Amino acid sequence: MTAPPAKEQFDVIIVGAGPAGSAAALLSARAGLKVMLLERGEYPGAKNVSGAVFYGSAILNELIPNWWEHAPVERHICRRDIAFMSPTTSVALDFHCVGDGYGTAPYNGFTVLRPKFDRWLAAQAEAAGAFVLTSAVVDDVLRENGRIVGVRVRREQGEIYGNVVIACDGVNSFLAKKAGLQRTFHPHELSLGVKEVVGLDPAIIQDRFRLNDNDGIAFEYLGAITEDVHGGAFLYTNRDSLSLGVIGQISSLVERRKRPYELLERFKAHPAVAPLVRGSKLREYSAHLIPESGWAMKPKLYTDGMLVAGDAAGFCLAAGLYLEGMNYAMQSGLAAAETAIAACARGNFSARTLAAYQKHLKQRHVSTDFRAYRHAPSFVNGPRLQNLYPEMVACGMEQLFRVDGAPKRKILPLAYRMARQFEMKPGQLFRDAYQVARAYLW
Amino acid sequence: MVMTTHEEKMRTVRFRVAATPHIVLNSEICRNQCSVHACVYVCPANLFVPLDDGGILFNYEQCFECGTCYIACNQEGAIDWSYPDGGYGVTFRES
Ligand SMILES: Cc1cc2nc3c(=O)[nH]c(=O)nc-3n(C[C@H](O)[C@H](O)[C@H](O)COP(=O)(O)OP(=O)(O)OC[C@H]3O[C@@H](n4cnc5c(N)ncnc54)[C@H](O)[C@@H]3O)c2cc1C
Ligand code: SF4
Ligand code: SF4
Repeated sequence: MTAPPAKEQFDVIIVGAGPAGSAAALLSARAGLKVMLLERGEYPGAKNVSGAVFYGSAILNELIPNWWEHAPVERHICRRDIAFMSPTTSVALDFHCVGDGYGTAPYNGFTVLRPKFDRWLAAQAEAAGAFVLTSAVVDDVLRENGRIVGVRVRREQGEIYGNVVIACDGVNSFLAKKAGLQRTFHPHELSLGVKEVVGLDPAIIQDRFRLNDNDGIAFEYLGAITEDVHGGAFLYTNRDSLSLGVIGQISSLVERRKRPYELLERFKAHPAVAPLVRGSKLREYSAHLIPESGWAMKPKLYTDGMLVAGDAAGFCLAAGLYLEGMNYAMQSGLAAAETAIAACARGNFSARTLAAYQKHLKQRHVSTDFRAYRHAPSFVNGPRLQNLYPEMVACGMEQLFRVDGAPKRKILPLAYRMARQFEMKPGQLFRDAYQVARAYLW
Repeated sequence: MVMTTHEEKMRTVRFRVAATPHIVLNSEICRNQCSVHACVYVCPANLFVPLDDGGILFNYEQCFECGTCYIACNQEGAIDWSYPDGGYGVTFRES
């Protein structure tokens, strides 16, 4: 490798102070590296939107023991509810656990508000010795002899040099594209999330959702809740507010000519949802993209002098049962930091050395999880799982419980009638059952 | 106030408006080559307004910087998209 240039030189430059970037900065700084964390927002979190349930509590606990005692968290999630919706009915699976790890430390998940949480996490990296520069947009990578040697910030003399650049710049990652590691996206690969935080008295939240003290619940909604648009909806409890939103695949929004904020209003007006949000008051509206396709949109993860982590690398598991991105962002950020730390120890930053990132991603279960669930996104975004099955289930239940003087039907004939009513062919049903199994069972 | 209009939603969001636009449309392409006008539907801030002559009126000031418009747009070169200068643009406080 050539000698580093004579300008100020960092060991690691991290672009983006979301969970991926701040976790990477924290670990690198603790290892004694000279770290620069760059963020375009006025403060870390100013540009960021999640649901948001943070499922990385156990991971963060390794770095900062009992982190939730210091961090701005809302409620720990010990109830999860998955509902299949038709326009007038809902069929829900309600999971409640106050046992080990859910109701006790380190807790399975916490609702957070990103502008507060991200700011806190970046401050931890700063306390560990990282330089954090906010209001700094990175426009490009710097190259010398074909290898990436730093980044260009949009300002006078904005060149910053470093041995390893870690792109944690989120779903749009222009950096990964500038470095030639990522292609352009198709509208079916990404979903738009629109969200509201609505204020509600904590006592009402606890009564309405049957929660003790700081317990929280996370609802996910599938089916006709987004009408004929491929997507879903969510509602999470915070301390004195609710976070709720609708997610829609871009191509499907275009095809159906649906406006996302109108879907959000219809979601709130659904008979199963309206009583949950009654009396609440809008505090903030927001919108952000989700890299839905996971494994299918993974870029090349490393090159000479650079690594890609978090949403920038497509490490967001958005597949029906799951909406997990912050935890994988953090895991991949940590894996990238481990790779950078080892490269610094060897003084070699070539693609060959940085290829160790793959090993670290595996050890942190990132690549293995995404490989295992690689079939889920495309199937979940298919029209039958999106709309047909949830609505069939909802309608089936409606008929199962209906008492109207007509003879009671048993479940099998009822299922048969449902399949006919929704024009399902048995072959299709079996093929889809296989697809579900392949996506989620093995 | 559970149900809200789009205007009411946008009033809850803080923007620090930069002097120069970070997104610029090539209105010729919008007017002459595009029949889908995808941006009009997908933009969560409702910033694309169709005009009678088939063109699009766009204002960058209340943009979430989400990227949906350039991904939805099927016309190469119609949208010149970048982030606003550091510290400018949308600043979320709660989401
Ligand atoms: C509506 C919605 C709901 C979601 N719900 C959940 C949930 O409940 N749980 C969950 O785990 N995940 C959820 N996700 C996914 C989660 O938000 C992401 O996976 C996660 O934020 C990815 O973290 P990251 O650090 O990779 O990227 P981000 O959090 O997007 O951070 C990227 C950072 O880089 C900065 N940046 C970008 N470009 C530049 C540049 N050029 N120069 C300088 N800085 C730059 C940005 O300002 C930002 O701070 C949700 C997403 C959405 C949209
Ligand atoms: S921005 Fe793209 S989608 Fe919108 S009108 Fe112009 S060409 Fe069409
Ligand atoms: S980036 Fe998002 S909010 Fe801004 S104009 Fe495009 S679609 Fe609208």
